Amino acid sequence: MKRISIDPITRLEGHGKIDIFLDEAGEVANAYLQIPELRGFEKFCVGRPAEEMPNLTARICGVCPEAHHLAASKALDAVFGVEPPPTAKKLRELFYSIFYATDHTTHFYALGGPDFVVGPDAPPAERNILGVIKKVGMDVAGKVLKMRRDGHALIKMIGGRAVHPNWGLPGGVSKGIDEAQRAEIEARGREAVEFARFSLKVFDQVVLANTAYVELITGDVFVHRTYNMGMVDAQNRTNFYDGQIRVTGPSGKEHAKYAPAQYREFVAERVEPWTYLKFPYLRKIGWKGLVDGEDSGVYKATPLSRCNVADGMATPLAQAEYERMYATLGGKPIHHTLATHWARLVELLYAAERWVELAADPGITGKDYRTLPTATPSEGVGCVEAPRGTLTHHYATDERGILTKVNLIVGTTNNNAAISMSVKKAAQALIHKGQVREGLLNRVEMAFRAYDPCFGCATHSLPGQMPLEVTLRGPDGQVIERLSQYCH
Amino acid sequence: MSQTATQPAKTKGKLAIYWAASCGGCEIALLQIDAKILDVAAAFDVVLWPCATDGKVHQIEQMADGGIDLCFFNGSIRTSEQEYMAQLLRRKAKVLVAFGSCASEGCIPGLANLNDRQSIFDTVYKEGSATAPENPGDLRPQHETQMPEGTLHLPVFYDTLKTLDQTVEVDYFLPGCPPEAERIWAAIEAILAGNLPPRGSTLGLTTTVCDECKRKRGEKKIKKFYRTWQIIPDEETCLLDQGLICCGIATRAGCGALCPQVNSPCIGCHGGNDGVEDYGARLSSAVASVIDSSDPDEIERIIADGIPDPVGTFYRFSLAGSLLRRKKRDS
Repeated sequence: MKRISIDPITRLEGHGKIDIFLDEAGEVANAYLQIPELRGFEKFCVGRPAEEMPNLTARICGVCPEAHHLAASKALDAVFGVEPPPTAKKLRELFYSIFYATDHTTHFYALGGPDFVVGPDAPPAERNILGVIKKVGMDVAGKVLKMRRDGHALIKMIGGRAVHPNWGLPGGVSKGIDEAQRAEIEARGREAVEFARFSLKVFDQVVLANTAYVELITGDVFVHRTYNMGMVDAQNRTNFYDGQIRVTGPSGKEHAKYAPAQYREFVAERVEPWTYLKFPYLRKIGWKGLVDGEDSGVYKATPLSRCNVADGMATPLAQAEYERMYATLGGKPIHHTLATHWARLVELLYAAERWVELAADPGITGKDYRTLPTATPSEGVGCVEAPRGTLTHHYATDERGILTKVNLIVGTTNNNAAISMSVKKAAQALIHKGQVREGLLNRVEMAFRAYDPCFGCATHSLPGQMPLEVTLRGPDGQVIERLSQYCH
Repeated sequence: MSQTATQPAKTKGKLAIYWAASCGGCEIALLQIDAKILDVAAAFDVVLWPCATDGKVHQIEQMADGGIDLCFFNGSIRTSEQEYMAQLLRRKAKVLVAFGSCASEGCIPGLANLNDRQSIFDTVYKEGSATAPENPGDLRPQHETQMPEGTLHLPVFYDTLKTLDQTVEVDYFLPGCPPEAERIWAAIEAILAGNLPPRGSTLGLTTTVCDECKRKRGEKKIKKFYRTWQIIPDEETCLLDQGLICCGIATRAGCGALCPQVNSPCIGCHGGNDGVEDYGARLSSAVASVIDSSDPDEIERIIADGIPDPVGTFYRFSLAGSLLRRKKRDS
């Protein structure tokens, strides 16, 4: 049997690797996505004081430390039995909205955008952020860089540091904002709303106006009919910071809606010996392997999933874009993986609008940003929606607040099974009779990239794209052919 | 562009940037030098930067030893593949910089040296709240797994996490979790200008975070240490004076005392200063010196109440690289 190894970052090690096996006829027999590392936070955090967790777990991911920082802070609220005052909740959500807008901007322009803006079949050397700039102009590049720079500056202003904040505590945050800071945050937020609307226009003009791209998005290669997961508020609208977890089935019917603390009743994790990353699945449906459909517990937790499980968006401009997306793609739910890019832009607009709403809230400069806990600490769960999926932190402590148990289900991990399936499906569609078609490399990459995967929070590819190389080996392991997107 | 970077280059140097066991934050920090990244591109050809460019490991393997002028290596060494990359890049790079806390001193993931592979695997794959009833066969990731279609390999997960200089010889260290953009740029400028201290040095400031902190300091007389959730500290007064374990007193400057500015104690992510062999020993002796008591029982009580996890407090970032290194194995 022949083997094709795809090392997304083309290293011997790396943070993700794909092995595709071909049968005697040269058809794809199976594909495995392997995650070759583990750091063991769930073990070594035990014995630490619980209040360390927002800072310790931020080090799980330097790309989305804000998500871990806040999920940990919320878990601590529960562990210490303390309700943060309204100002603290607003500040956390404001901080998180700024982070979301910044992170989604990076993904759309630097990671996902090149496939559509420059084109999936453009020469690989142009299919990167520089190609995007060339296509849409330097003024756009300036806007993108400004958006990122402003976002990081505000995150640093509020949370202390641009990477790895030191701000969240049980019962609130360590510091509030003053009026001058508030005004600055609101002004940047209004610019962010305009930037988000502009980005949706770019998507309209470049992607939706191109029938070949629309066919690609809606084509069968990138479709998986799985369950979807995401957080919703009391009106079933998308919320990134707080709410209940809603899960809907492949047909769109609600499977479950639960408080984060109940997650173990609904989610279980599968262990496989060939990867360090576990496969979460829906406990009540069960693990049927890497397959989709109503009977398989595999689910997705992505921007598109969050749109699919919600009844709508909580801000007016984002709601209009949400309705337009579903009207264009034929109603809910959408199972076309590549539509995740569109959903990400709808969320970008929502995050920017929410940023302005919260910055304009008269209570945001309040001094009541902390409540000191008084109850004996015990156990608690905290969830936020990380950009790459529902993030769950679950801690138990002794009566002094020293951790005795830690369980984490990290954003991308939710999608481990779905990404594996997407990769296999793309490979099956593109590889026949042992011939690796040229389009394989980028099409497989696109299947992978829609999820914005962050394995070990690291396959993140900035600011260009994920370099891919396919090695075709004979049964003895000898290299038969090496294809690369780039010139050697 | 700076003058340094635009001096007529004889030939462009070759630069490699690599991540081992890391969170990606060092890469984000490097990108935050913003437009100066163009100066870097003007001075160097990037031969390897997995997160941003298309250099391939097999191309690095084919280069002559010493063929890379500068390598920024972030992340620590936990698996056989990371060890291989450290050895490969050491051979190929004239100057190898341990970039950031993980490579320099082990960082937060180095706290895993309080455990071992077996107990980490037991927790993650067996006892994890959501796996426990679902893994009756007690499956664990294996170095080699025989599947119907062929054999799959995973890198070996070592018992102990190592820093870069516990794995290969390191020329310079750049502190911080992650390093601040200003310090990264200062280091790059020094490298470009050939204005480097002796090998083995840390590229950074030699003052402490306290020197950068604007809070008012008084005489330190501590009768009780507080955990961060127990008090709301005054925003103007030294946090250590208020009984919070602020690590600024023993921590190398370079961030501008960012955490105290949001009313949070320094957690020590820039490690120790020049001449400090063991950061945790330095910090714990500094903290011990402010306790206002000479009664051994009272001192013991003050420490036990306020610092329930001494190793996690004093060696938060530096355990793997410290004199302690790891928990003693059961014999």
